Amino acid sequence: LRRGEPGERAVSMLTDAGRYDYLPLIDRPKIEWPGGASLAFWAAPNIEFYELDPPDGQGRPLWPRPYPDILNYSLRDYGNRAGVWRMMEALERFNVRASVSLNAAMCDHIPDIVQECVRLGWELFSHGIYNTRLISGLSEDEVRTVIGDSIATIRRHSGQDVAGFLAPAISATETFLDLLPELGIRYTVDMMPDDQPVPLKVRSGRLIAVPYSTEINDIRVMGMRGYSPDEWAAMVKACFDQLYREGKDNGTVMCMPLHPFVVGHPHRIAALHDVLDHVTSRDGVWLATAREIADWYYERHYEDALRFCDVVPGGAR
Amino acid sequence: MTDDRLTYRHRRRGLDHNWFEYEAIFGRAPLAWPGGRPVALWISVAVEFFPLDAPALPFRPLGGLDRGYPDFWSYSNRDYGNRIGIYRIMRVLDGLGLRATAAVNAAAVRRFPRLITEIVRRDWEIAAHGLDMGHVHHGALAAVDERAMIEETRDTLTQATGLAVKGWYSPGRGESIDTLRLLCENGFEYAADWANDDLPYMMKAGAGTICAMPLTHELADRVLLVHHNRTVEDYERQVLEAFHVLETEAERYGGRVLSLSLSPWVIGYPHRIVALERILASIMKSDAVWPATGIAIADTYKGQTGRQIARNTQA
Repeated sequence: LRRGEPGERAVSMLTDAGRYDYLPLIDRPKIEWPGGASLAFWAAPNIEFYELDPPDGQGRPLWPRPYPDILNYSLRDYGNRAGVWRMMEALERFNVRASVSLNAAMCDHIPDIVQECVRLGWELFSHGIYNTRLISGLSEDEVRTVIGDSIATIRRHSGQDVAGFLAPAISATETFLDLLPELGIRYTVDMMPDDQPVPLKVRSGRLIAVPYSTEINDIRVMGMRGYSPDEWAAMVKACFDQLYREGKDNGTVMCMPLHPFVVGHPHRIAALHDVLDHVTSRDGVWLATAREIADWYYERHYEDALRFCDVVPGGAR
Repeated sequence: MTDDRLTYRHRRRGLDHNWFEYEAIFGRAPLAWPGGRPVALWISVAVEFFPLDAPALPFRPLGGLDRGYPDFWSYSNRDYGNRIGIYRIMRVLDGLGLRATAAVNAAAVRRFPRLITEIVRRDWEIAAHGLDMGHVHHGALAAVDERAMIEETRDTLTQATGLAVKGWYSPGRGESIDTLRLLCENGFEYAADWANDDLPYMMKAGAGTICAMPLTHELADRVLLVHHNRTVEDYERQVLEAFHVLETEAERYGGRVLSLSLSPWVIGYPHRIVALERILASIMKSDAVWPATGIAIADTYKGQTGRQIARNTQA
């Protein structure tokens, strides 16, 4: 590949994602959520295991400092020792069930956390095996093996059939989405072009994108960009208010991604309580899991959406 | 090397290039906008396509995908703007009876014909914004290649809309030393890349001239909210402060321009759109504003400052 050279583009690279048609906010079929709710809200805690000494050669460094980067390792590990329990307490207090983006190796390393998720009635979906194992650069067979392992591991420890996927550390290959339906995955959160589910084009079977968020993601907002907990809470509440208003005309989805090692700190947890109080004090909000949103969408709205898609897609495959 | 570093080729009164002469804003001939309004409000909305395979060099425009190929996350985040965000902006502008200048990548015309129809139906100005966000204009570009990029962009836009396209925004505000000349030779009347004034001024562009339009960079939503990580409340305060200062200055010095540089993939997100609604409602409550497109501002400026232009463009 000749990336990086002025004006040079490698012919083998994709210009368009080519995974969905252009379906503008105006003129799209109406989505109705259970009980006439305006907004389907779901919380997505990322429960992750980062290896102290991950393999090199994954295309980007996994830790900022040379081995052993005990500072950054322990900042993540804080989430599993302390943050996750505080986050669970908050969600339980407001009766919000979560869909967990789970590194499957958590089942092996710290099964206590996984068992607590199950006890809370939370959904577990696959976030790969370790957050320090990117899928970038893997062959299709290797990607199948990794995701298959994660699904089997989660099933063995929780009894749950995994329905969703988010690639570990937001890595990707050109074709990993094609492999998901083969493995029994029905939704991905790796594509975020919309506030409603989006049917995706895959080699075989059916797959949808359930809305996730880079924009109000705690790690991005507070962890990477340095916003205060109050500023994060204001963003999340403003996002909720807008999607709640729009949802009266056409049902919307709001996802609140969380990272226990970010939001689970004592100086931030009140912001999560604040947000959850705001979200759960409105009528017409369907507190759902991602799987429930996907199931409902497939049953009632998937075929509708296909009929509405442009014949000329936003980047044909 | 030492000789070079102690040699100052351009060390004299004036600037170190020939595109325009130095001119202080308080010394400019006063401009009068239609209706005697002190501030022209110029709303620019970017309609962009960020390719997955955009090269990293010579530079990535702000917003360019940077998480490693294939960066579906950033790709779909930017794409959200054309699918969802811009329609929120349209609702806000429609509600206040405002029109915008849409700065459109040629690639967006081909991918989102429905969106272009909605822009044209609203009588917004269509300006050219290059081929796509992976094709930046830069110093090492051969003039023949750059000419082809400009022509393809212009032709794609005019053919799709049937409209004359007079304004140009380079992707990521990058130019080569030939860009202005090539734009002028291709019939463009203004360019919105330089960030050095609050008023239009004329630049030399080969044998002709082109109007430099004062598109804000510092107050662009992508700069303030994404690059500088400010809150939307902060953005709101800063835009309204700019409006206040420009309105006050206009009493002494003549008409001013308040430009808003909006990105559907930034301000169009649900947690931000309400700020745009508040900003515009607040500005429009005063009768200080002449809402105008880029070409209307450039034409009005040129119509009033013929003498000044002649002076500025003397060799």
